[in-house]
Amino acid sequence: MRTIWTIAKREYDNYFNSPLAYVVAFSIVLPVGIYFSLIMYVSAQQSMMGGPPPDSTPINWLFVFLMIFLSPALTMRLLSDEARMGTLELLLTAPVRDFELVAGKFLGAFLFVLTIALFTLIFPIIINNFVTPGIDWKVIIASYIGLVLVCGALLALGTGISAIFTNQFAAFFVTFGLFFFLWFMVNLPANYLQQGGDVYNYLSLSQHFSSMNRGTIALGDIVYYISLIALGLFAGTTAIEIRRWR
Amino acid sequence: MIKVSGLTKDYGARRAINNLKFDAQQGEIVGFLGPNGAGKTTTMRILTGYMPPTDGEAIVAGYDVVEESLEVRKRVGYLPETVPLYTDMTAFDYLKFMGELRHIPNVDDRVEEVLDMVGLIDRADGYIGNLSKGMRQRIGLAQALLHRPEVLILDEPTIGLDPGQVVEVRELIREIGKERTVLLSTHLLNEAQNICDRVLIINKGKIVAEDTTENLQARLIGAERAVLRVRGESDDDLVKTIRAIKGVQAVETKDDGMVEFEFASGKDVRPEVAKQVIKSGYDLLELRPIGMSLEEIFLELTGSDSKNK
Repeated sequence: MRTIWTIAKREYDNYFNSPLAYVVAFSIVLPVGIYFSLIMYVSAQQSMMGGPPPDSTPINWLFVFLMIFLSPALTMRLLSDEARMGTLELLLTAPVRDFELVAGKFLGAFLFVLTIALFTLIFPIIINNFVTPGIDWKVIIASYIGLVLVCGALLALGTGISAIFTNQFAAFFVTFGLFFFLWFMVNLPANYLQQGGDVYNYLSLSQHFSSMNRGTIALGDIVYYISLIALGLFAGTTAIEIRRWR
Repeated sequence: MIKVSGLTKDYGARRAINNLKFDAQQGEIVGFLGPNGAGKTTTMRILTGYMPPTDGEAIVAGYDVVEESLEVRKRVGYLPETVPLYTDMTAFDYLKFMGELRHIPNVDDRVEEVLDMVGLIDRADGYIGNLSKGMRQRIGLAQALLHRPEVLILDEPTIGLDPGQVVEVRELIREIGKERTVLLSTHLLNEAQNICDRVLIINKGKIVAEDTTENLQARLIGAERAVLRVRGESDDDLVKTIRAIKGVQAVETKDDGMVEFEFASGKDVRPEVAKQVIKSGYDLLELRPIGMSLEEIFLELTGSDSKNK
């Protein structure tokens, strides 16, 4: 556990020295902030005519949506760059288990994204001050649990794919391709099938998140995301092991 | 200590090392000599637990490199040939990171200690990317020494260093080698002669010779050689004069005007050669012995050279 933490800490610190990480953070926070302003503006107008109070959950939806496109940039070089620079040899000859290396890399990226997510907490807090008797925090908490789980799944899969490649751009495009498929496409057959379409819906990243974002936490959703995290870490660990045997 | 038997590694269809067998005791510095592609790095990578062998067994510091890889890695210090470093970290942060991975207590103090050992304490806060090749090499060495390993495996430790640093690093290795096991690879015979107690010569994945450097040279050379230079052209008369001297076995004029001659070990004919050359009216400018270079020893051992005909 200590080894995982050491690797995660270095990776986390590394993001703050990386221009790309700032670009990613900015590309999430800026659209999310603008979206928030729009929500506030629209509900301010509507509330004069007795419309619904402002709702902050669409913000998390946008956050997750942007992560589909941007998180591959955060994970692409995690392990591919170690292989390219030869520093993988250093880590693999230190007393570090292959799993600890992959998990540490994942955790570093995960903590970085959580740091960005922490900034967005300000939006529901602001809305809470404008709404009487306050917003429904249960919905917000469910939404954030969903957000954390989706981000975890995306980053774990990205870390795993990064371990397969030596070229970070190859890792980026494969990761992005997978996310695009899991978010937009995997549930398409469900629309055409008479029966058995539930399986495809279950595989979809977006389906699980939208239900959580509405405030319902189902065990199935949590299992789905935890499975993806496990799959990503397992794939990464296996890829590193295969590297050794080559 | 290191104990290797039957070690074999295939990369696809190519056999990188073939049935290696050797050992190294505590307090011994063993040199691993061989041309590029001979299998030195492959062997070292197996011994450090980086990759498993295709066949055979290797025990390092009392543990099997495949079965108890983690225990081996705890006890081995390794300087890879490419000296991989995180160029975006400072020397101190990098060593501290590696030290934390190895759970070293009081890691800050230890990092300062090893930086001092390799003479880079004043560069502790400089980014590794800004350091010279020689400095990076020493940072890599510092990393290998960090956890006071029982076994030290160094792949070309003095490459890229300037002559002063080479002397320092060799001194350091010799010091470490008194109590621990050191396995180092090199191209340079004089380096092996200088610091190694024993030398393994490896070629095409096989050990072709294993002995002390002195023994190897003596065994392989059989005859000693020297070159001389006279003022002006070296002509046929000079060659004839030298050839006529008793004990001289072969005389040859080199392209650069030097004359090379061979004589049996232990029967030094150089004083006689000098006398005769001067007597014949030549101005003798230079007369010196030439040792057998590592390349020649290789060629001798591998029997792949025209000289062996």
